[in-house]
Amino acid sequence: MKALLLAVIAAVAVAAAAAEIAPRDRRSGYDFAGPESRAMQDDDTANPGMLGVLQGETLWAAKAGAADRSCADCHGDARTSMRGVAARYPVFEPALSRPLDLEGRINRCRTEHQGAAPFAGESEDLLAVTALVARQSRGLPIAVDGSGELRPFFDLGSELFHRRQGQLNLSCSQCHDDNWGKRLAGAVIPQGHPTGYPVYRLEWQSLGSLQRRLRNCMIGVRAEPYDYGAPEAVALELYLMARARGMPLETPAVRP
Amino acid sequence: MARVLINLPARAKRGEIIEIKTLIAHPMETGYRVGPTGAAIPRDIINRFLCTYNGEEVFRAELFPAIAANPFIAFFTVATESGEIAFSWTDDHKETQTEVRQITVE
Amino acid sequence: MDERSPDPPTRRLVLLAAAGIGVSRLVRPAAATPAAMEEAIRALVGEATVEHGKVKLELPPIVENGNTVPLTVTVDSPMNEADHVSGIHIFNEKNPQPYIASFDLGPRAGKAVVSTRVRLADSQQVVAIARLSDGSFWSDSADIVVTLAACAEG
Repeated sequence: MKALLLAVIAAVAVAAAAAEIAPRDRRSGYDFAGPESRAMQDDDTANPGMLGVLQGETLWAAKAGAADRSCADCHGDARTSMRGVAARYPVFEPALSRPLDLEGRINRCRTEHQGAAPFAGESEDLLAVTALVARQSRGLPIAVDGSGELRPFFDLGSELFHRRQGQLNLSCSQCHDDNWGKRLAGAVIPQGHPTGYPVYRLEWQSLGSLQRRLRNCMIGVRAEPYDYGAPEAVALELYLMARARGMPLETPAVRP
Repeated sequence: MARVLINLPARAKRGEIIEIKTLIAHPMETGYRVGPTGAAIPRDIINRFLCTYNGEEVFRAELFPAIAANPFIAFFTVATESGEIAFSWTDDHKETQTEVRQITVE
Repeated sequence: MDERSPDPPTRRLVLLAAAGIGVSRLVRPAAATPAAMEEAIRALVGEATVEHGKVKLELPPIVENGNTVPLTVTVDSPMNEADHVSGIHIFNEKNPQPYIASFDLGPRAGKAVVSTRVRLADSQQVVAIARLSDGSFWSDSADIVVTLAACAEG
């Protein structure tokens, strides 16, 4: 694997400067996945990510915290109230003067409105509620553009995406803008659009967040991965969602 | 109670062969993984799946650690009569979870 | 529904060896198999010959991820009382254990088709064996390539 990555570095070093993918050439990871993974994603009764959505439905209705309130008490039926929400995240939260991703928003609701402890980062419960909310945006176009108050965070995310890092000294852009569609060992390099998060990754045999996937990428280039919830992680999420603007959400997607 | 997804038609014609898909949330711990201390994580899987149709066994599976997490099992059965189709999963602790679905057969 | 012999595998092997029967010749699924898988298959079929045919084992030839591999076994059979598949058994070569799953069916199945998702530790051969109501065994095998996932946790 290391030899192949070094070969990629060498090839990229002599290639033209990093080029963004033209909007009409953007393709979801679904298009790079094999027919079996796509079939798994397309059938809601066979998609293991839907087990997480089911769990999310139970948590949505459960009373929690000092306020003894459930999500449903304020938001009613998630199928209507949460429609389109995940497609807009991350958003700027004025109270914190920084962007919040969907997991951050859910935990903020828990602490501010339910008086409950936040779900632990990457916990099954947090993923379940996030998956339930994001499922309600399936088929809707991603509507994040990183403008206005989000601009400085979008710029940070863009800088991180284009920066070489890790022992292998590779940037996200070098694989996912310049070499998508080519093979890295046995896998096809996708474009890296977060169209299906939380995603059921076959490697994990469970649902996982975009931040977990980004940590995997960073370990892949032998860089120190960002902590869950770190400002860099959220900035990168923001940049990636804006980069995928207009592409339909597929949550819960199935990916290798 | 583990989450379960079952796909089976609510209605069928007598004699029709129907497809049933089942999915249950379970990590299917193989017993071959090593934890952070270096000790093996003990095996903990669903090892048996049973489908009965109005009490009569129509399909059975014995599962081993090679079955992926969140076990998916799809099979067929003949829609013989209206009634209850029951699904049960038994794990290494001999605990069983059962789900029941109704079917109307014309 | 399961007519598997109650004899434990070791006893049967000892008996066969004592009878001077070349045990390795009695069980011949589609292609050559390493020892553990062969022994597991022998424990299932006993002295019977395993024919190649009637069974179709479907797996992706290059798996996207060895942790979750969709697999389907289809057996050509009328599935009536007189002539049906009573069991489908799936084996592998290189996982820690040779067994993947065993399914018991009967005429009430209508179709002898089962699907599941399996873990494959390495590139290897997977074998599916069907037992028919007349006591005969049929098989199919598939050679699967398994690669490591790109950019994983470790």
